[in-house]
Amino acid sequence: MQNIPLTWWLSVATALFSLGLYGALSRKNAIAILMGLELMLNAVNINLVAFNRYITPQNVTGQVFAVFVIAIAAAEAAVALAIIIAAYRQRGTVNVDDLDSMKF
Amino acid sequence: MNNLLLLLPELIILIVAFAVFILDLVWGQERSNSSVFPALTMLGALGAVIATVFIWAQAGSGALQLRVIATDSGGALSMLAVDQFAMFFKIYAALTVGLVGLVSTDYIRAHTSFRGEFYAMLLMAGLALMLVASSTNLVMIFLAFEFLSITSYLLTGYLRDNDFSVEAALKYFLYGSVASTVMVFGFSLIYGATGSVDLRDIATALASADGTVAGYLVMPAIVLIIVGVGFKIALVPFHQWSPEAYQGAPTPITAFLSVGPKAAGFALMVRILTIAFPGFAHTAAANWVAILMGIAILTMTFGNVVAIWQTDIKRLFAYSSIAHAGYMLIGVVAIAPQYVGGSQTIEGWSQGLNGLLIYLLGYLFTNIGAFAIIIAVENKTGSSSISKYAGLIKRSPFLAVAFFIFLLSLIGIPPTAGFVGKLFVFGAAINQQMFVLAIVGIVNSVISVYYYLNIARQMFFEDVEDSTPITVSGGLNAAVAISLALVFAIAIFAQPFITWTTNSAQILASSF
Repeated sequence: MQNIPLTWWLSVATALFSLGLYGALSRKNAIAILMGLELMLNAVNINLVAFNRYITPQNVTGQVFAVFVIAIAAAEAAVALAIIIAAYRQRGTVNVDDLDSMKF
Repeated sequence: MNNLLLLLPELIILIVAFAVFILDLVWGQERSNSSVFPALTMLGALGAVIATVFIWAQAGSGALQLRVIATDSGGALSMLAVDQFAMFFKIYAALTVGLVGLVSTDYIRAHTSFRGEFYAMLLMAGLALMLVASSTNLVMIFLAFEFLSITSYLLTGYLRDNDFSVEAALKYFLYGSVASTVMVFGFSLIYGATGSVDLRDIATALASADGTVAGYLVMPAIVLIIVGVGFKIALVPFHQWSPEAYQGAPTPITAFLSVGPKAAGFALMVRILTIAFPGFAHTAAANWVAILMGIAILTMTFGNVVAIWQTDIKRLFAYSSIAHAGYMLIGVVAIAPQYVGGSQTIEGWSQGLNGLLIYLLGYLFTNIGAFAIIIAVENKTGSSSISKYAGLIKRSPFLAVAFFIFLLSLIGIPPTAGFVGKLFVFGAAINQQMFVLAIVGIVNSVISVYYYLNIARQMFFEDVEDSTPITVSGGLNAAVAISLALVFAIAIFAQPFITWTTNSAQILASSF
């Protein structure tokens, strides 16, 4: 594995992050936006683990950081789904374009 | 044991929060109206303030060793600093929680039947503020930051049968989680550039790094971190969530959002930028002073200009708080000596930061006082439209006069706390020869007179449609009175407050 250069991993992570960001910004469905977010967080994890392997193989800081990111992603998803369900009960839709009752 | 003592304020808040959670669970729905919950919240906040002052005094007399990032590395508490800067924000967070608890009671009784959890969540948010302000390690910063975000989302959407509240929470979540993910991507780049997640080790590694690392990793990372933190503070162009979230959130939570997360964001921004990236303040590769200067000008101008057209008072205060974030940012920009020559003294260095802290302190009391009155009017009229303030002087002279004083403080007219804050940040900008910032700030203060005094015009000179007097409960009255007293005290007896903020600000100077 070591003969794959670090830049390959970083390219994958950056591409994944960009895809996730594009999804989060362009999607209309709140669940789809959430999926874009998960992609972005996974890109962060790839970065952290790759850097850990290539830059500081003597300790596991990056891997520990990645575990925390995974845990936070789970907590965030739980809160997000709770809020999305509450919104669905109120409006009958999870399309973010329809949630515009507060125009000034 | 010594280490645990340093975390006493956090422990008090944590224990009280769990006590509220458990009491609410055991007592169930029928006793959720109990005033034990707000009373416990305020006691917990008071306990945290006393514990912080106690630790400060112990450290001053040499009985207790603080954990200061500039002098101490590694060890059991390498995740958190307990220095004067962190303790300033701990007191700030506890005061925020206490005052918001005080103004929430009536509002929460009127709007939801699930009351105990609200106070527990509020205390947890306060704990998150404390952790954000003292974290010195990227992992801990990320955890504390997300802790604060998640509790803020939940509090914003607390009224789950209310259309606006749920919509506000969804928007806050969607913007907020993207921003914090972008920030943590920046953290991963810094880890790659330096092989470390400790702020001080990062600075050490970067001091000997070559230009390629700075250009390809650190510059993007600094920009990404500014995005994440700027979102929390509601800086332009990361502010889009704030008018919606402020308008839809339960009004006490709007008050909380306008002071709490903003202060925590500034604490975090100052700590990351001054401890980890002091060398990049003016280099071409990642000039964060220039980036922040542009953002400050945009934020002040945008907030003040858009606020002119608002008809809903919570939305108006959202834009007003964006504008104030811009003024505060001047304090951060003026931190770094513009002419790097090594002749900068600690006093000169910390002047901008000192201004930021005193501005935040004045803004806390001014804004929570103003929101106490907004809550009082909303409880009576059921609306947050500015037209409901017509003839307030006839319905409740005390509230109208107090609101007028808070508006004067927001404009920055002496003798109020807002004036002292503006004086210090603009003064720091002038001392650093950043005249553009000071001029833009002063022009913007003049613009803000228009929309703040428009509310005063409604209160004093418009005809009343409904002249029934507005009666206010003890909690709201107490919050208004405390805020009013401190808004004047910070301006008239300024010296102890300035000494306090100076002590808090200078602790970071030795690392710069």
